[in-house]
Formats: sequence, structure tokens, C-alpha cells
Amino acid sequence: MMLSNPYLKYICFTAWAFFACCHATNISLAQVFDPTRFVLKNGLEIVVITDHRAPVVTHMLWYKVGSADDPPGNSGLAHFLEHLMFKGTTKYNAGEASKIIARIGGTENAFTSYDYTAFFQIIAPNHLSTVMDIEADRMRNLELTERDILSERDVVLEERRSRTDNNDVALFREQLASSMFLSYPYRIPIIGWKHEIEKLDIKAVMHFYNRWYNPNNAVLIIAGDVSPMDVKSLAQRYYGSIPKGPEVARVRIADPPHIAARRVVMKSSQIGQTRWTRRYLAPSYQYGESRHAYALQLLNEILGGSTSSRLYTKLVVERKDAVSAGSWYGADNLGPSTLGIFASPVKGKTIKELEGAIDEQIDLILTKGVSKSELSLAKKRLRRSAIFARDSVTAPARIIGNLILSGQKVHEIEYWPMKIEAVTRQDIIDAAKAVFQLNRSVTGILSPKNPT
Amino acid sequence: MMSIMKIFSSIILALVGGVIFVSQVKAFEINELKSATGIKAWLVEDHKNPIITIKFAFKGGTGQDPQNKEGLAYLTSGLLDEGAGSIKSLDFQKRLNKNSISMSFKVTRDYFHGSIVTLTETSDEAFRLLRLALISPRFDDESLNRVRNQMVVNLRNRKENPNRIAARAWWKASFGQHLYGRDKLGTETSLNKITSRDLKQFKERIFAQDNLVIGVVGDITSGHLKKKLDEIFGQLPKQAQVTELPNAEIKNFGQTIIVNREIPQSVVVFGHQGVLRSHPDWQAVTVLLEIMAGGFGSRLMKEIREVQGLTYSVSAYPLALDKAGLIIGTVSTVNERVAKSINLIRKSWKKFGESGPTEKEVRDARSYLNGSFGLLFTDSKKIAGILVSMQKNGLDVGYMKRRSELINQVSIRQLKQVAKRLFQHEKLTFSIVGQPVNINRTMPTSTIN
Repeated sequence: MMLSNPYLKYICFTAWAFFACCHATNISLAQVFDPTRFVLKNGLEIVVITDHRAPVVTHMLWYKVGSADDPPGNSGLAHFLEHLMFKGTTKYNAGEASKIIARIGGTENAFTSYDYTAFFQIIAPNHLSTVMDIEADRMRNLELTERDILSERDVVLEERRSRTDNNDVALFREQLASSMFLSYPYRIPIIGWKHEIEKLDIKAVMHFYNRWYNPNNAVLIIAGDVSPMDVKSLAQRYYGSIPKGPEVARVRIADPPHIAARRVVMKSSQIGQTRWTRRYLAPSYQYGESRHAYALQLLNEILGGSTSSRLYTKLVVERKDAVSAGSWYGADNLGPSTLGIFASPVKGKTIKELEGAIDEQIDLILTKGVSKSELSLAKKRLRRSAIFARDSVTAPARIIGNLILSGQKVHEIEYWPMKIEAVTRQDIIDAAKAVFQLNRSVTGILSPKNPT
Repeated sequence: MMSIMKIFSSIILALVGGVIFVSQVKAFEINELKSATGIKAWLVEDHKNPIITIKFAFKGGTGQDPQNKEGLAYLTSGLLDEGAGSIKSLDFQKRLNKNSISMSFKVTRDYFHGSIVTLTETSDEAFRLLRLALISPRFDDESLNRVRNQMVVNLRNRKENPNRIAARAWWKASFGQHLYGRDKLGTETSLNKITSRDLKQFKERIFAQDNLVIGVVGDITSGHLKKKLDEIFGQLPKQAQVTELPNAEIKNFGQTIIVNREIPQSVVVFGHQGVLRSHPDWQAVTVLLEIMAGGFGSRLMKEIREVQGLTYSVSAYPLALDKAGLIIGTVSTVNERVAKSINLIRKSWKKFGESGPTEKEVRDARSYLNGSFGLLFTDSKKIAGILVSMQKNGLDVGYMKRRSELINQVSIRQLKQVAKRLFQHEKLTFSIVGQPVNINRTMPTSTIN
């Protein structure tokens, strides 16, 4: 068995899980979810995925703005605005829209990532127009009061305390990310730094809202028991009248070359066993040497993607160096990505010994590569996960949305399976050589303050 | 209005009816079936995707752990996929991974749960591995020591988790020596006492046919499933040896416990007695808790989060264990202001107990509970889980159709009566971890540690 590990939780948190699901197939994604795409005159892109198995519709509006677009010194702004979108508009008083959604038996929520902000409702098909009306209204008609800002800012500060400040592992992870990227805004937490959240004000919020929340900067994904034609006419009715906003360019500052291996060390009284992790700078689909992105997904699967992976079998089962070990990688970022490895040493093993054992596994890949059977099994596992992804009626909206908002075009997504199939053993070695460079890595060690 | 509500709910029902495969079967159909050797299961057939999901539960969970061997059920759940029959641990894991089979086990206080998800093409292998895991798990020393070590580390890592400390303190204070008050993960000492003999005995006591419920969803016909049920579960003993636990009454109520930890935000668990699942007031309690704490717009969320900005999340829900019914909730607020959150909870509780819900609140809650029910059935694992929990609760398949009627039938008068009995603010026990300002403890921490 594999114990749940905070680093694994981190993986779930990033969009990687979705990515693996929908990309992992040798039939094209279009054949899996068969999305229909059209664009309204005001620039709103709409993608419809039909699935008539259940009388359920997922309505998701994604804005092409995330925490990595927060203005300097205003970290947490994108996320704060996500919260404030549940306050009043010119049409609905604060809380009224949520009440309407609850009354029709719907559920709603929203989330913010580095690269996007998304709002969703899950409802019965006959209520699609109700949620479209609500979502279209708040795209341009948000009305905030000073009081909303103050109380919701306290809510976000409490959220930060719950997620991060109360939790040493989360605090440590924040420090790791900040050391990983030298300038690129992924170095700043999505929720923001406490001292900057405390100063966010209505002026900053409204400026950000007016700049980014426009139909030409959004993607609407509708999935479930609907027909593309019906969606089109409804979307035209509710979203079509919103005027196009100004064109906005997303400019993000870039990292200088990474030339030194970094080490981040922290002690905690909240944990009982040392945790070791290393993140290597890696390309994504959109950033850096993106040709390696496909090979890296397979490499990750072989190195640390399961309890049959090299790291787990060698370190945990055979050599007994570690209690847990694995790796993660996601290619679906607009900016750079990382390939991460985690492990926790067994009692009596030093960090040096553990690190040595992990480096040995990396060296093996660099010098000998992976076997033919390992590679074909990894391809097969990824392929099959696509079938499992189709099981859920609500997940596809999230899967497709994440991909599009990470810079992929719907038609581009179709080529992915072929690219994965085409990865050779040499490609894996090349990708490993490009990524496994100590001077472009951060190693983190979180150890107990009072060792038991 | 009532009749309109009824029509509305029947429409929703019809919708729920089509949940899985509108095109193939007219209604959401749960097939109750029985294999040749008498294994029962509920099946929802769905051939759209080549996936089969089986969930099952044996009555008998961590409450069955012997004294001084706490954590036995938990450790067993971690070892079933570590080799069985002649297949050793590494090979067993390899077979699962190679075939993309997800096999998992978990334990609660009252049940031992299992789940397997497989593609149709690998289902024979999946069922074979599941049978072996249940009938002849190896419990080899190597696996036992490795997994035990993982659990010990997990225990050490979670020991100082504020949420866990708050929950542990609440349960311990409320249930004292009753088995529900114990830590289901065990302790380092108790885990270290467990031998492979204990694991085998546990398995033999609990994995049987008369305490087993099964829910299946997906690409399998009832005829085929019947055969497979015999293969997987047919060799289990007919009768389990589950120790019936005594009823668990809350011993201490109205207490305030403080566990001092250097964290900026106090983590609070609160609650008091509720009702068992079989209690006639169950539906009323569900409606009341929806109004009190069912997300955005509920009383607690509104008072504490939306108006005052005192928390990111406040929740409360009815928890029905086999031997205890509870209302339990959580809230987290910065140390300096947590007293305010707690006072608001007490106040809301008092007011709700005194005057109950308004008619509008009841209408909205019914409408939400009925309308959202269909949205629960969105993937095979969720559906299989619902099939299992319905059987655990002794419900029949017709409950699906009766549910909204039951909810609509609860009158506002009844709700007010139940609210009065249920919401007793002076009986709430609060367990607080952090450095709360302006709150006094009523029970020394030493008594619950």
C-alpha cells in the first residue's frame, strides 16, 4: 500500500491528475469527450461536451487570469476576487444568487490556480438558463461595498490560516516554491502572502476585475445532458449581449538561468518523521523545452508514479531506505513546471543515505534509460486512465477547461496521444538529461523538532 | 403549495430515475440479486463504459479491535493488497498496476470497507485478486513490518495535526472508555503488539457472508455477476463473529476543552447527542441541519462567515454511527476572535432550539435536498457507495423513490419539536486546539490526553 502523503495531496491539488486522465489515451481526446467549440461575437469561447447518461449539467466559466497575474505587491488578488464574486451585483443582492442555485438543487463553487480562475454550478439540465443568467450577470455587474471587502478579506485570512499558517508542511511547501522560481510568479502562493492580503482594497479589486473579467478573456465549458445547439442559443441569449472588453496581454516576468543547487531546511514540531523532497525545473507544454513534456510524463510514471515504480520498489520495498517514495510531474502550466521527487527515510537512515539512494536511481535512468517493457506498460497505464476518466459525468468539464486554460487548443489536444505513443527510450534519456540537473533544483528537508 | 411540491419532487424522481443510462433503461434500476450460494448484492448495470466497480462492507470495524491491540482493523486494511495465496507482495502490486486495477480498503468504527475498480477486460484478474485478498492474505513479516512502520510514521506525523488533536479530544471527552472514544489508528505501542496471527484472526472473524453488503455498478450483467459473486465471496465463512458493541451515550456534555498549541488559528470541534439512522426523526434532523449548516446561506455560514468574516469554513452535520447518533461540527478562527465564533454558534443553537426554522427555510431546504439528490449519482464509485450505505442502513431499494416524499412529509410542527429536543446549546461540548483568547476550560486537558 502507499500511504497518503502530503506531497501526493499536492499533486491532486494541481491540475496534473486531470491532465493525466484526459490526455492519457491513444484514441484522440475528441473521440473520448467529443467537444464542440464555437466563439461568440464578443470573443467568448464556448466548449460543449455532451453526455446523456445522467440528467446533470456542469456549467463552468473560466477566466484567463490566475494568481500568477497578480500585480506585484498585491499577491492573492485573483483569489480574493474569486471570493468576492459571490457578493452582490446590480441585479442580485449578496447571497441571493446562491440561494437561487440552492433552491434548484444545484451546487456551486469556484477555484483559483496560478493560470486561471473558474466558477461552476452543477445542476439539472432544465436549470441551465438560471445559472447562465447568474454567471453572465456577475461577469460585468459586480457591486462591492467597503464592508464586503473587509469581511471577505478576513475570511480569506482565515482560509490562509486554515490551509497554511496552521500547518508547517504547507508553510514549508510555500518556501520551497519560492526558492524554486527566481522571478517567475509561481514563486508566490496562490492565496497570497499574509501581509499583502491584509492590504488588498476595493480599488485594486475593481481594477483587476475590469481588466480581466470580460467575455473575450473567458472560456465557457458546458458538459453533460445538453445539446450543443441548445447551449449555443442559450449562451447567445445570456452572454452574447455583454460587450467585448479591451484586449489584455498577459506579461509574466521570467527567471534568469538557474545556476545553483538550493537547499531549504526547516524544523517542525508538527511532524514525527523527516520528509525529503527535490524539485527539478522542467518544461511544460507551453514553456521551456516543451518537446520533452511527453517523455517526462512517461518518465515520471516509471520513476515514481505507482507502488510498482522504481522508487517505491527499490527504496521502500527492497532496500528499506524509505517509508514512502514517489514522484510527480505535470505539463499543463502556462509557465515553467517542475518534476518532483519525495521520500521519507526509515528510522535510522540518514538524509545523506536516502539522497544517495535516490541519486542512484536517477543515475540509472541517465546512463541506462528505461526498458522496453517499462515504457510500453507506462504508455498502457496512461492510455487506460482515459477510459476511467470518462466514468464521471462532471469531471470532463474540469479536465477540458484545465487544458484549454493551460494554453492548449481543442484541436491540439487530439495530437497528444500520438505524441505519447511516439516517445522512444532515447527520448526518455534526453528528457532526463535536460531535467535532472542539480544546479536547477531545490532540495527540501523538513524534520521534526523533537525527534522520537 | 404542498401538492406542487409533490409534483415537483416526482419530476425530480423521474430524473433521478434516468440517472445512469437514459438511453438503455427507462428508470434508474437497482437490481437486487442473489447468487447460487446465497451472496446478495445490489447492481446498477451500465454498459456505456467498459468499467466495473464493486464496493462492499463487512460489519465490524475498529470498534472490534481487542484491548491493547488498537489499530488491528486499520493495519489489516493496509495489508490485504500486500500479497495473497502464492502471490507475494511485490508481485501482487505489480499485477494490480499492470492491469490498472484499483483495489482499496478502509475502516470506520463500525465497518470494514473494500472497493475494486477495473476495466472489463481485466475484470477476471481483478476478481481473482480480490478473492485471494479476502480469503488468503499472506500477512508476510516483510509486508507487516513495512506497512506497520508506515502506519507508525503516519501516526507520528498526524499526532500534532491540530484538526486531529481537536477531534480526538472531543471524542475522548464525549465517549470516555467506550470503544468509540478510542483512537482507530491505534498507538505506536498497540501497533507494535500486533502479530500476523492477530491479523489472521481478525480476518476470520470479520470477513464473512452474513455481515456483508455489496454494491456493483457498471459493465456487467446480473447473470455474470452472480457467478463472480460466488467466486469472490463464496468461500468466506457463512457467519461472522462480530462483537456487538454497547450503546454509546455521551458521558460528558456541555464541556469546554482547550489543548494548547502554538498556532495562530484555533481549531474547534463541537457537538452533542443526535439520533440514530433508524430513528423516526432522521429526516427531520437532516432538514434541520441543512438549514443550520448546509453551506452558503445556512444560518451558521451566514452569521459566522458571511457577515462577520470569522471563518473560512463552519460546518455541522448529523453523524449516525451504529451505536450513537451525534450532531458534530467544526469551525476555525484566529485565536483572538475564536470566542466570538463560539458565542455565535451557541446563540444560533439556542435560537434554533427555541423557535425552530421558518417556513421559508423549510421550503428552501426541502427544495435543495430533493433537487440535489440526483446530482449525487455522477460516477460509479459514488453510486456503488450509495448502494452499500443504503444496505448498511437497512433501507430497501424503494427508498430512492420514497426519499423526497419522506422529506416533504416532515411538517414544520414536527421540525420545531425536533429542533427543541435536538438543539440544546448548553449541552454542546467544544474542543479547542490553539491559544484561544477569553475562553475558559471546564475540563482539564490531562483527563482527555
